[in-house]
Amino acid sequence: MFQAWRNLYSKSDNAKAYSLLSPALFLIILVMLIPMALMLSFSSFTQVSMMEIDFTPTFQRYIDFFEKSLLVSLLIKSVKISFIVTLITLLTAYPVCYYIAFYVKKNKMLWLVLLTLPFWTSYLLRVFSWKIILGTKGVFNSTLLGAGIISEPLTFLMYSEEAVIITLTHAWAAFALLPLYVSLEKIDFSYIEAARDLGLSKFEVFWKVTFPLSLPGVIGAILIIFIPTVGDYVTPALIGGTEGRMLSNMIQAYFGKINNIPLGAASATIMLTTVILITAIVSYTTKRLTQRLS
Amino acid sequence: MNEKNNSLLVYTLIYFGFLYIPVLFLPIFSFNDANYMSFPLAGFTTDHYEEMWSKRNLHKALWASVKVGVVASVVSTAIALLAAKAFVRYKFRGQNVSYGAIMMPFLIPEIILAVSILIIWINLGFPLGLVPVTIGHILFCTPFAMLILIARIEGFDFSLEEASRDLGENAWGTFYRVSLPLYLPGIIAALLLSFIISFDEFILAFFLSGSDATLPMYMWNQMRFVKKLPHVLALGAVIIVFTTFIVLLAFWLRNVGQGKEKQDIAIKL
Repeated sequence: MFQAWRNLYSKSDNAKAYSLLSPALFLIILVMLIPMALMLSFSSFTQVSMMEIDFTPTFQRYIDFFEKSLLVSLLIKSVKISFIVTLITLLTAYPVCYYIAFYVKKNKMLWLVLLTLPFWTSYLLRVFSWKIILGTKGVFNSTLLGAGIISEPLTFLMYSEEAVIITLTHAWAAFALLPLYVSLEKIDFSYIEAARDLGLSKFEVFWKVTFPLSLPGVIGAILIIFIPTVGDYVTPALIGGTEGRMLSNMIQAYFGKINNIPLGAASATIMLTTVILITAIVSYTTKRLTQRLS
Repeated sequence: MNEKNNSLLVYTLIYFGFLYIPVLFLPIFSFNDANYMSFPLAGFTTDHYEEMWSKRNLHKALWASVKVGVVASVVSTAIALLAAKAFVRYKFRGQNVSYGAIMMPFLIPEIILAVSILIIWINLGFPLGLVPVTIGHILFCTPFAMLILIARIEGFDFSLEEASRDLGENAWGTFYRVSLPLYLPGIIAALLLSFIISFDEFILAFFLSGSDATLPMYMWNQMRFVKKLPHVLALGAVIIVFTTFIVLLAFWLRNVGQGKEKQDIAIKL
């Protein structure tokens, strides 16, 4: 019996692959999928008192969410902020990747290391450095005051939506640079030369050849920035104040001082659903767009 | 393309300035002799660095982060090594689905991972602390470690392993004498980078650590007090220098002994 199983095992790539994969899949199921399923079921419960939860299933938490105008407006604001951050990051990072992919010849390695390095430094510290810059007594204000350009510190710099957008754009830039660079680097330069030989203008070459070919990287960058920034907690908590608050800050409060775990779980589920929906829309439309362009 | 594009070069340099300059303010103000971080600088001091030595909670948090980081990086690298080998070595049914599933922790907002682990952990009746943080970090580090290892193992000649088996070496002996030495630079790179990810991770620690603060949690708690900020700056500066050093070391290791072409592939992953 054992021998038979062993013979089968040594023949099947499927069995070998899955025995190597089993610890990783076990980890995903046990630490991610089961907890997320439990979170989903908690969103159907009711918090009766500080310590007590009523386990009768109900949709009431989702109704609660959409009846609280604060939560709905925070969800919309989170999506809006992430959208703006994604757009700014793409527009500002694309030329940089374009330059490194097509114009840099010497020491490309060094440029790439420089590009990747900020990605690995502490996220908390990257956000914190903006507090130093934008604070009431921060770098920006003290420089302007010292130069006599302003007579009182600009207080709107900190604790606003704009401050959150600037900080997020900086903190997540490194994530956009990599997928964009990889897709641009892959482009076979003979396509671009062929387009030029056919008499297309520089703008046409970019719009009809280079940009469509780099679309996979653009989609990658969009998703890799948009998804985590929708759920960002640190930046709005440190930089946002009340005005720059996002949905994550309320989710944290429901699990913390407000202590309404079911409503927190429902809010988290709604956030996840929103992210999945937008991801699906982005992937679908870009797929259609690529088909049309090619 | 042999032409030059100076306006794009200038723009690229400005962009790199935008990426790097904000972070440089931490080390600059960590040597500034004042509690506020404003210009003009008040004078040079190393007091804030000396202050770090006297903070007992800081030492405790540092030790906590090192413990969590070591366990999380070793476990996630081991899990990732097996998974990476499965993806590089075999073609199997459900390959894309499995790959997507293992990469998921990297794509889901981290707060959702943190909240769901929190719910299951407290409902199992376990106390919050470094154990759930470590478990969360293992989940979070595994996809990164796997990407690094796949890049390194890709193109590895698996017939070497088969030859070793044919010559009568057992599975463990083959791994120890043939595979491990060849994988080693990749494994060390994966260990170092997972350690850094765990060491800098904040959200999971914030929800799961309870009263056992990790280093990012310690900094978070101190950031609220203006008087305590300078030594947080000093600590931040030390952390940035330390992380940069480790990451450069990992990059170097990942590429060591690989041809130019493979280096380019490796860095893209």
